[in-house]
Amino acid sequence: MSEVELLSVSKLYGNKQPYIIKNLSVTIESGEFFVIVGPSGCGKSTLLRMIAGLEDISEGVLRIGGEMANHWSPSQRDISMVFQNYALYPHLNVRENIIFGLRVKKISHEEREKRLLEACEMLNLTDYLNRKPRELSGGQRQRVALARAIVSQSPICLMDEPLSNLDAKLRAHMRSEIRKIQRQFGTTMIYVTHDQVEAMTMGDRMMILNQGEIQQIGRPIDIYNHPANTFVASFIGSPQMNMCEAYYDGTSQELRINNDLKLTMALPKLKTSTYIIGLRPEYIHIPQPNNSNQTTVQVVINHVELLGNDTLFSFQVNDQQWTAKWNGQWLFEPGDKISIALDADAICVFDKGTRQLVHSSIKQDHDELQKGVLA
Amino acid sequence: MMAIKRGSLYVVLILIALLLFFPIIYAFLVSFMSTKEVLMGHLIPKSFSLTNYIDAFQALPLLHSLINSMLVSIITTIGQIIVCSLAAYAFVFIEFRGRQFLFFLFVSTMMIPWEASIIPNFVTVQKLGWINHYAALTIPFFATAFGTFLLRQHFKTIPKELHEASRMAGLGHLTFFLKVVMPVSKTSLVTLGIYCFLTTWNSYLWPLLVTTDERSRTAQIGLRQLHAQENVTQWGVVMAGVVIVAIPTLLVLFLGQKHLQKGLMDGAVK
Amino acid sequence: MAMENPTSTGKVPSLNMPYRTFWEKTRPIQVAILFLLPSLILFSVFVFYPLFRTIYLSFFLTNQKGLPTVFVGFDNFIQLFQSADFLQSIEATFLFVLYTVPASVVISLFLALLANEKLKGIHFFRTIFASSLGVSVAAASVTWLFIFNPTMGVLNRMISFFGIPEINWLADPHWALLAVSITTIWLNLGFSFLIILGGLQNIDQSLYESSSIDGAGYFYQLRRITIPMLSPTLFFIMTVSLINAFQTFGQIDLLTGGGPGQTTNLMVYAIYKDAFVNFNFGKASAEVVILFLLILIVTLLQFKFVEKKVHYQ
Repeated sequence: MSEVELLSVSKLYGNKQPYIIKNLSVTIESGEFFVIVGPSGCGKSTLLRMIAGLEDISEGVLRIGGEMANHWSPSQRDISMVFQNYALYPHLNVRENIIFGLRVKKISHEEREKRLLEACEMLNLTDYLNRKPRELSGGQRQRVALARAIVSQSPICLMDEPLSNLDAKLRAHMRSEIRKIQRQFGTTMIYVTHDQVEAMTMGDRMMILNQGEIQQIGRPIDIYNHPANTFVASFIGSPQMNMCEAYYDGTSQELRINNDLKLTMALPKLKTSTYIIGLRPEYIHIPQPNNSNQTTVQVVINHVELLGNDTLFSFQVNDQQWTAKWNGQWLFEPGDKISIALDADAICVFDKGTRQLVHSSIKQDHDELQKGVLA
Repeated sequence: MMAIKRGSLYVVLILIALLLFFPIIYAFLVSFMSTKEVLMGHLIPKSFSLTNYIDAFQALPLLHSLINSMLVSIITTIGQIIVCSLAAYAFVFIEFRGRQFLFFLFVSTMMIPWEASIIPNFVTVQKLGWINHYAALTIPFFATAFGTFLLRQHFKTIPKELHEASRMAGLGHLTFFLKVVMPVSKTSLVTLGIYCFLTTWNSYLWPLLVTTDERSRTAQIGLRQLHAQENVTQWGVVMAGVVIVAIPTLLVLFLGQKHLQKGLMDGAVK
Repeated sequence: MAMENPTSTGKVPSLNMPYRTFWEKTRPIQVAILFLLPSLILFSVFVFYPLFRTIYLSFFLTNQKGLPTVFVGFDNFIQLFQSADFLQSIEATFLFVLYTVPASVVISLFLALLANEKLKGIHFFRTIFASSLGVSVAAASVTWLFIFNPTMGVLNRMISFFGIPEINWLADPHWALLAVSITTIWLNLGFSFLIILGGLQNIDQSLYESSSIDGAGYFYQLRRITIPMLSPTLFFIMTVSLINAFQTFGQIDLLTGGGPGQTTNLMVYAIYKDAFVNFNFGKASAEVVILFLLILIVTLLQFKFVEKKVHYQ
């Protein structure tokens, strides 16, 4: 089995504060695609390198396949790793680069060639076997690094921002490619990225890390719908979640954002107090005539972005800039005054002090509808 | 495991450091010994008396030769930085016909050893009346292929956009060179400066040829004379001379080692 | 502006145009020449002219002032190759190159590998290892002269401790060249070490990490990553050491004066004596030409045979 377990793992350099990684526990299941995401400097690469054995673990236990692995050398851990800069040997050609690890492990010539051929066909590298890395494009280099991980046939693969040096189009392509390969081999994948799109689209589960501490672990869609705190809420999703302070009055069951904007909603678990609320741009709707159940408000547009299929526009709510996303093409101009409707069911409420989620009622979107389509 | 590995590494490092540094330590120790101690082959002097140093300064105009060396090294360093950076600038920022050829010509001079041109150069310097003058010790070394090459490699890392932007702003080549290229390249100028200072201070054959009177000798030649005069008996005095002559360059090296290592590397291989 | 078309306006004197355009066209090269002028003058006077002058002089007999008197064709060269002294000096030079160059490179590589380990206080060791770069030929030679001193020197005291009889290092024809070589290797180490250490630090760390995940050990990494990646640096340092070895002078002048029995009479020292002690510029120039050709050939051979094994990125 190839699950990876981290138990109260910490990292600090020397004996000095601060912690790079602080008291982190998680179990990554065998065969799972697990994404670690966070802003730069959050410790995600360090964590990956600790799993790889390239950095010492200061405190805590690392288990691989159920066995304590803290003091295993990198090679004993039976992992493969794809580096951000690919770490291709500039003096070796593509073939030698790919089978470098197999040579080290003294794998027979026939087996080597077989794996090489297989991986190269999968990744369209067959024509480049005799080229040096410098003669390859960025995308091809990336695929060589990937092929190197594949031929090792290690049950666990670590990737450190492998797509960050590619252009947007290629990145989208490689996302699905990597996912496909991972499924095909049933590899346990631990994938580090700062790109929340990669995190959302690739992972079975993801872990959001900030300043060395876990913010949330879960399925991407659950995290999107129920962000555990304001950090996760603003980190995941683009354009990011709109947020501002609001006062909840328990007796009138009213959530007051300002004098013009009040939402009537029952939040029985919440006391009367000031909270931070969050609402994703896609839950700000076009007001529907004859619907008394919606909260509409007039806003002044101050910025418009026409994306073709969607239109983003911004307006001021209290001291915050909010963004709304409407389907289709809307030819607004800054200064236009329009009506919008807020979807009260989609509002997330965070505690003002701890910034933790205290209420969210989003059901997985179109849950019922989806069942109908699938049938 | 790790501790054992680390410990043994330290042992090896210390042993090798002692071995490599031994000649310098040895010279230092002998420089304090009396003639009798030297003859008996002691390794550690009984007392650290400065008699040998005083004798060394009295035996020869050693102080004068030290000043000569210092001035010659500083002048050569400044001259080389100016001449080489001008040339390197032309090779990087001015596009002109024949640039490739001229650069090749410059680099090819690296293949010509200085010794190969020493006879005509001696005659030239003689004709110019530079014998026993600083001019003979400095000017021939202002232009070097190595310096030009090193600075060119660094100048090439300056973004072209910087040059284009300054042209849009109406800066001429000379202003761009003085106001942008030189300040931006401070590190590689320092590297070249350190290297040039060391090699000039330590040069031997050329100063031996073009200086004939005591007043214009450099420290290296002073050392040669000290050794010739005191040879058989006064080893302590000679070693004092060695220490005096080696201290300035050792200091420059210790202070500038990081610069030198990085800068020379960039010039050599990139 | 000069851009106006003279045929359409007719106002601009047509004579002026070609002159101005030529001036404009060659503007970059004018500026370039200004920047290059100091170097060009100095190179012409102190590098290119002497090179041709030396070749010219090598075909002449010269008088006491060093001026050519009688054209003798290749006589200077023929005489040199018939002279046992000169052949001995070529042999000594090649032996010296053989003793010093490989040893310097191998030892400095070893030092650099050691000093590239991540340890506390490693900077101190790096400084010590580089220290000989800060010691001049003269200072080093005088120091080693004393170390080699048969009665007072520390070397003989050390070997006598092990029961080996005293060796007259610099006066014994068997040992003199080796003694000079040891001094030279020590002098070379500082520079070679610094350059190779710089080369090591330029190697991307992730290559080692990647291979350690594959399970490559220290020596496997050394053979398959470090040495190939370092090969341009090693090649550079080999070439530089080679050229330097051919040009050795100061050590000989101070340590042995070319003796004993000419065993350490390296070529540059022979040239020095012929030119500036005997004032025979014609003969000395012929020796210089031969030295130059030897350096050229050896360097070219090195480029031809060694450079193939160099991996440039």
